[in-house]
Amino acid sequence: MENTYTLSVFTEDKIGLLNRITIIFTRRHINIESITASESEVKGIYRYTIVVTVSQEQVEKLVGQIEKQVEVLKAFYHINNDILSREMALYKVSADALKENELFTRIVNENHAKILSISPEYIVVEKTGDEREIKHLFNDLEKFGMLEFVRSGRVAITKPMKTLNTFLKEVENNSKTTVKHFNN
Amino acid sequence: MKKHNKYQTEVTGAEAAILSLLDAQVTDVFGYPGGAIMPVYDALYDYMDQLNHYLVRHEQGATHAAQGYSRVSGKPGVVFATSGPGATNLITGIADAQIDSTPLVCITGQVHSHLLGTDAFQETDVVGISMPVTKWNIQVTKAEDIAPAIAKAFYIATSGRPGPVLVDITKDAQFGKTKYVYEKCESIRSYFPCPKVNEEEVSKAAELINNAQRPYILCGHGVLLSGAEKQLLDLAEKANIPVASTLLGLGAFPPTHELYVGYLGMHGNYGPNLLTNECDVLIAIGMRFDDRVTGNVSKYAKQAKVVHFEIDPSEVNKIIHADVAVLGDAKEALELLLPKVKSQKHTAWLQKFTDCTKVEFEKVVKNAVNPATEKLRMAEVIHQFHQLSDGNAIVVTDVGQHQMITSRYYKFNQPNHNVTSGGLGTMGFGLPAAVGAKVAQPNKEVVAVLGDGGFQMTIQELGTIMQSNIPVKILVLNNNFLGMVRQWQQLFFDRRYSFTEMKNPNFVAIANGYNIKGKKVTERKNLKEALKEMYESKEAYLLEVVVENEENVFPMITTGASVSEIILE
Repeated sequence: MENTYTLSVFTEDKIGLLNRITIIFTRRHINIESITASESEVKGIYRYTIVVTVSQEQVEKLVGQIEKQVEVLKAFYHINNDILSREMALYKVSADALKENELFTRIVNENHAKILSISPEYIVVEKTGDEREIKHLFNDLEKFGMLEFVRSGRVAITKPMKTLNTFLKEVENNSKTTVKHFNN
Repeated sequence: MKKHNKYQTEVTGAEAAILSLLDAQVTDVFGYPGGAIMPVYDALYDYMDQLNHYLVRHEQGATHAAQGYSRVSGKPGVVFATSGPGATNLITGIADAQIDSTPLVCITGQVHSHLLGTDAFQETDVVGISMPVTKWNIQVTKAEDIAPAIAKAFYIATSGRPGPVLVDITKDAQFGKTKYVYEKCESIRSYFPCPKVNEEEVSKAAELINNAQRPYILCGHGVLLSGAEKQLLDLAEKANIPVASTLLGLGAFPPTHELYVGYLGMHGNYGPNLLTNECDVLIAIGMRFDDRVTGNVSKYAKQAKVVHFEIDPSEVNKIIHADVAVLGDAKEALELLLPKVKSQKHTAWLQKFTDCTKVEFEKVVKNAVNPATEKLRMAEVIHQFHQLSDGNAIVVTDVGQHQMITSRYYKFNQPNHNVTSGGLGTMGFGLPAAVGAKVAQPNKEVVAVLGDGGFQMTIQELGTIMQSNIPVKILVLNNNFLGMVRQWQQLFFDRRYSFTEMKNPNFVAIANGYNIKGKKVTERKNLKEALKEMYESKEAYLLEVVVENEENVFPMITTGASVSEIILE
């Protein structure tokens, strides 16, 4: 059975590594629903958040293949219950919305969104939330004439997890004791 | 000629590359020069007495030669190529090395860094192109980064599960000046090449093995890579467990040993395949359950508990669920396992394999090695060659029927003497791989067994043999067909022989054109003498043996069938 999984991948900072990771998905004909990358709380270590809909077996194999990459420190996968996740969306609607100012303001407020910018032609609304909330606001604002819409990928914090620093200390100790060279 | 002075202030990036190779104990390189790698070749000119370079005739040949070199020596193979087409020509060999876990360090030249992304002459994104088929790769744009990149490349290629790496060096980095310092790379923070063996898992494995009535060992390439042949032998002998081998594991266990039951897979031996579905504990060591070994996975060893000894965690549960997985180096794991394993007999179980061997001998082997046909058959050629060389030659095969026949009928007495393209099935692998094998083991007899199809895919490497005087023996089994494809067309495509018939050139004349002696044999009565002449030749030698056109390789596990549905005829 397929499920939505959020992968957290911790990596070194290296040109091309993102490509190496996405190849693992494309090779298996798996679509990445969203992907974000940024520096983590540890300087020089990057965190990718990748969302896919696959089976449990597939996600386990994906994580195995990702962890196999030389510059990947660690990869985890989570079901939605194990994470707190957010996306951000920007909505550009026609300034005509101001003709129904009361309704428009109520929609923005009720959705816990905010107005980012107003110009004579358009208004930009900003919203942070989960995928469902963002879609909900989209539906509400559509009647005013949606000029542009953009959303970020998912960013997620996991609920139970070791801190990255603890993990790093562990792997540094381990890698010193388990190194083995291939030779004749 | 040149000795690097450690106190010398600066060298070029190109010289740093050569010095790094020397510091990495490299003695041999296979390559082909071109515009973007010229500074490296220029630096090489001063070090020709310390670094032997073999000029191949096509860059693909360089990768296969480096593979052959590595497979028989355990050392990483090193390749030079230029940018653009030079680099793209490496891809097949790199992919082959990746799937067959062979350590290669490929060094490619690249256009000047300011030209990257401009579609400059001979520019290709080789780092991008090679990404899916390398264990690791990197582009270097500064002279000072070359030595650290090469040090890292050797460490990654050779540690853990080995594989190919590529270092792409821009021309300005090669020309640039740097202080040369080589520091051997011994660990990388994010890279865990070899998991530490977990003793608890070893104990669980021992318990399963000790309680087994019908235990069965499958040995793979990992046994050879780890150097665990002795430990495998000790384990098998202590508990009297039958041992079968994968294609790449051939030679890891002595073929004449009474516990050796044969070769696994689509064209493997009867018993080893059939009885996979009768064992109660399957002990897989350094193998990855390739689909050519498992046949239909949903009908594979369902009755058995599976113990998987494996260095690469992503291989565990990838194809076959492991009841116990012992991660780590095979040798280390088996050493820990051995004292925990009890002595056992398993006489009745072993008898089943013996019975199967008899059946296979009657139905297949007897007629194959001693046929009543007018034309020669491949198996009799390989059988005679085996007897002649006593199973001690390094035998390099290409891909196809001749390869399956060689794996079946040549009994590799020694480890690391079987060189073949397994996972990728690369036609054209054989001849250049034999060149590399002979360079690595000049005192061993190296024989390339090739089909007429695969031979012609890299036939130009006869030029390398000629120029570098490499006494490789070439045994071409010519059936004037792409035999394995033809066999499938016969069996599964209603004998519609679509483009599998080959009109071949005069192979002996071609060999002669390269100053290589050659002979063609068509009749049985001349075979033995001709094989002997080839084998005992001090120089390179080509022997073409014309064989039955439409011979099929049996036994066979057909597509979608289970290992227990293996057919004998």
